[in-house]
Amino acid sequence: MESSYVRRGFALAVTATMALAACTQQPAASPAPSASATPVAQRGAGGELKILYWQAPTILNAHQATGTKDNDASRLVLEPLASWDKNGQALANGLAAEIPTVANGGVAKDFTSVTWKLRTGVKWSDGTPFTADDVVGTYTYMCDEKTAASTVDVCEGVKSVTAKDPNTAVVTYSPAQPFYFQWGVGFNTPIIQKAQYANCLGVKAKDCPADLKPIGTGPYKVNTFKPGDVVQYDLNENFRDPNKPFFKTVTLKGGGDAASAARAVFQTGDVDYAWNLQVEASVLKPMAASSTTGRLLTSYASSVERLLVNFSNPDASLGDKRGEPDTKHPFFTDIHVRRALAMATDRASVASQLYGDGLTGKATCNILTAPTAMESKNSDSFDICKFDLNAANKELDDAGWAKGSDNVRAKGGQKLKILYQTTVNSVRQSTQAIMKSNWEKVGFQVELKSVPASTFFTNTSPDGANHFWADVEMFTNSGDPNPTGYFRGWTCKTATGKANNWNGSNYNRYCNPDFDKVVDQMAVEADQAKLAQLAIQANDILIKDVVIIPLINRVAPTPDGVSKALKGIDVSGWDSVMYNIADWSK
Amino acid sequence: MGRYIARRLLIAVPTLIVISFVIYAILALAPIDPLSQFGADPRVPAEVRERIRESLGLNQPWPIRYVKWMTSMFRGDFGVSFMSHSSVGDLIAQRLPNTLAVVGVAYVFGVLMGIPVGMISAIKRYSIFDHAATTVAFMGFSVPTFFTGLLLIIIFGIKLRWFPFIYSSTTQVHDLDSFVFQIRQSIMPITVLGLFNVATIARYVRSEMLEHLPLDYVRTARGKGLMERLVVLRHVLRNSLIPVVTLVALGVPTVFGGAIVTEQIFRVPGIGELLVTSISNGDIPVVATVVFIFAVLVVTFNLLADLLYAVLDPRIRYT
Repeated sequence: MESSYVRRGFALAVTATMALAACTQQPAASPAPSASATPVAQRGAGGELKILYWQAPTILNAHQATGTKDNDASRLVLEPLASWDKNGQALANGLAAEIPTVANGGVAKDFTSVTWKLRTGVKWSDGTPFTADDVVGTYTYMCDEKTAASTVDVCEGVKSVTAKDPNTAVVTYSPAQPFYFQWGVGFNTPIIQKAQYANCLGVKAKDCPADLKPIGTGPYKVNTFKPGDVVQYDLNENFRDPNKPFFKTVTLKGGGDAASAARAVFQTGDVDYAWNLQVEASVLKPMAASSTTGRLLTSYASSVERLLVNFSNPDASLGDKRGEPDTKHPFFTDIHVRRALAMATDRASVASQLYGDGLTGKATCNILTAPTAMESKNSDSFDICKFDLNAANKELDDAGWAKGSDNVRAKGGQKLKILYQTTVNSVRQSTQAIMKSNWEKVGFQVELKSVPASTFFTNTSPDGANHFWADVEMFTNSGDPNPTGYFRGWTCKTATGKANNWNGSNYNRYCNPDFDKVVDQMAVEADQAKLAQLAIQANDILIKDVVIIPLINRVAPTPDGVSKALKGIDVSGWDSVMYNIADWSK
Repeated sequence: MGRYIARRLLIAVPTLIVISFVIYAILALAPIDPLSQFGADPRVPAEVRERIRESLGLNQPWPIRYVKWMTSMFRGDFGVSFMSHSSVGDLIAQRLPNTLAVVGVAYVFGVLMGIPVGMISAIKRYSIFDHAATTVAFMGFSVPTFFTGLLLIIIFGIKLRWFPFIYSSTTQVHDLDSFVFQIRQSIMPITVLGLFNVATIARYVRSEMLEHLPLDYVRTARGKGLMERLVVLRHVLRNSLIPVVTLVALGVPTVFGGAIVTEQIFRVPGIGELLVTSISNGDIPVVATVVFIFAVLVVTFNLLADLLYAVLDPRIRYT
């Protein structure tokens, strides 16, 4: 039963994608503008820049980061070769002199190597020269499994990083990597000083004093760092651009809560930048609108709050087989039930009531929302993307799921009873309530469950997202500028279960060979336009097959508050918010 | 007396070992995961998390981790934080001054204010002062600190803008200006905590004093013509203070523990804040150490309180 529906859905998706692709302009991979496009500021003319994070940084080496807070705090000091701009394109504002392309000979035609030309004359904040050896040193450090770097994922498929000469570094991939900027661009590959980390390689990385005071090439250097509290930075006199940075010092204070952080930027103007203002829209919206001191930064990328539908059987009575990939869900294997669930999902109300309609998120029916060229336009016309309780009821009636005296539908003694789990979070609990009321109107019986985030996002807890011992679960996830790895998380091979200690990324335990084929094609596709087509195809399969029900495209990286006086901020959803802090001024 | 102290100290050792074991067992068995931070980040896939888990030694069975932790504790090495890779001792040393400056000062303030307020309330029972003090005291310990804290922030931090509500731990007091700033930034958290402390202690002192005032020995003291001041201070207060001393002494370890809620609200990077973020981050070495130090302090101050009894009440003799 299931596979025939799957195939039908797939065929439809393919046709739709082809039709769309014919009339869509595909952007060419373009070299990014150079960093000096911003107006010249005077070095150190600004006083103190005050940044407030309600999660405090605990380490300043991004390779050992445990969260965005650490990546961001580290970015003022440590820079990658290049950054990701807001369109998901590489931007040469880091240590690379230019962005390598096939055209300029930097990228091998077969995508097995990337040759990075480095800026000349760059110095570390301690005055020593930066060379390609440091790039190699960073590779040696982060890609050694014993280092246990949290950034090691970008090392996958990297055969070597070598120094051709002091100003040229070559990254070699095996097998060929169409996403050739995997290593070198963005917050996962900040370049550390080889000399400083000489004694921190491998197992010694766990206890390395340099992590608390890294020497960098970035616009600022660490003055004082109190883990879990505050970082004070001074201007780096050795920074390569003599006019930058504008601020003499930066204070990044951590702790507290998002609501008072919002007040500090919107009401008192005590801080210039407040990170991740996860406050209910009804509070945040008027506060930001009436503020004379601050404004809200909203940018979107691929961060999507979604519902996952379980394809395995989470019944506890199965014992050892509970939720294993080879079990079948008692009623979600029927596509009509999944479709009805999707049609009874009111994402518009969630977007307007809980996300302030564009304040912290907007409704979406795509699982891949960015880069823009890769976002499916087809889903607008999918019936399952429209909130329609009558259609949902009809779908279930037609499929033979009859309502009982308790208003819960059943077929062959199997009731449509759903356990719906997510993390403890007021917005999520409100979303759950909206879903429950609608789903119950079409004959589902819904039990809600909320688990603390620290328990939910683990592979060890039976209450966690990985085990997914529930019928529906909800959380946010996002992808890279190249979405191949993201989509791999729904392929048969990655199904989570006992065999891989619940470390597989396919929590749904969805398995569709047709979908796998599309992802396999994506992995070897070098042409951006064709890749975009495949990505749209993959997206549409997951949506039409109701593997996931996307709800909200959330502001990415985070909804931040920023002083109206602050200039030069150009947030990218693909990189750290601090990626261009050298250009910030007042 | 010496033998008594020695005996108590000897009992303390197994007590603390049991406590440390319980702490570690609870932490090990609790569903907290130091790697949960990586949660839904697709850029830190499961295999990487597994590798990090191994590098932190979390793949070993917890009894082995416990023994390792205990033995290094005895050597004075509190271990290394999972999150910051810095030594737990350093983290505590960074936090302690802030805790002492806010929670400690609030405690001292509470004791210094609470005792006289309680005394006057008792002596001038049912006076306007007593009624006022009683009302404030009831408010002090019935309104939660997160409420008074937010109230103060909204009134004095946001509407009036008298005091900053983001505590800066990097302020170094070296001149009058920085001293004034330090006072301005500590005044709200100290008030919140101080109010609570004053309330508790004042109520205690008042009821103890009221119990003693009508007793025979007080009448005798008055009868032999002692000045009222001496009667109150030398006789009534001294006797009433015995239970108060226990209260105060047992309260000292809680100063170290910090004020979790208040520190969080005012962003005071104290021990309480360290503890609560470490718990949510699953930073087991930090949590275990802070809780264990807390246990040591509780045991120590229990002993001190018992010894103080003997000083205050000559009838009590320990052998």
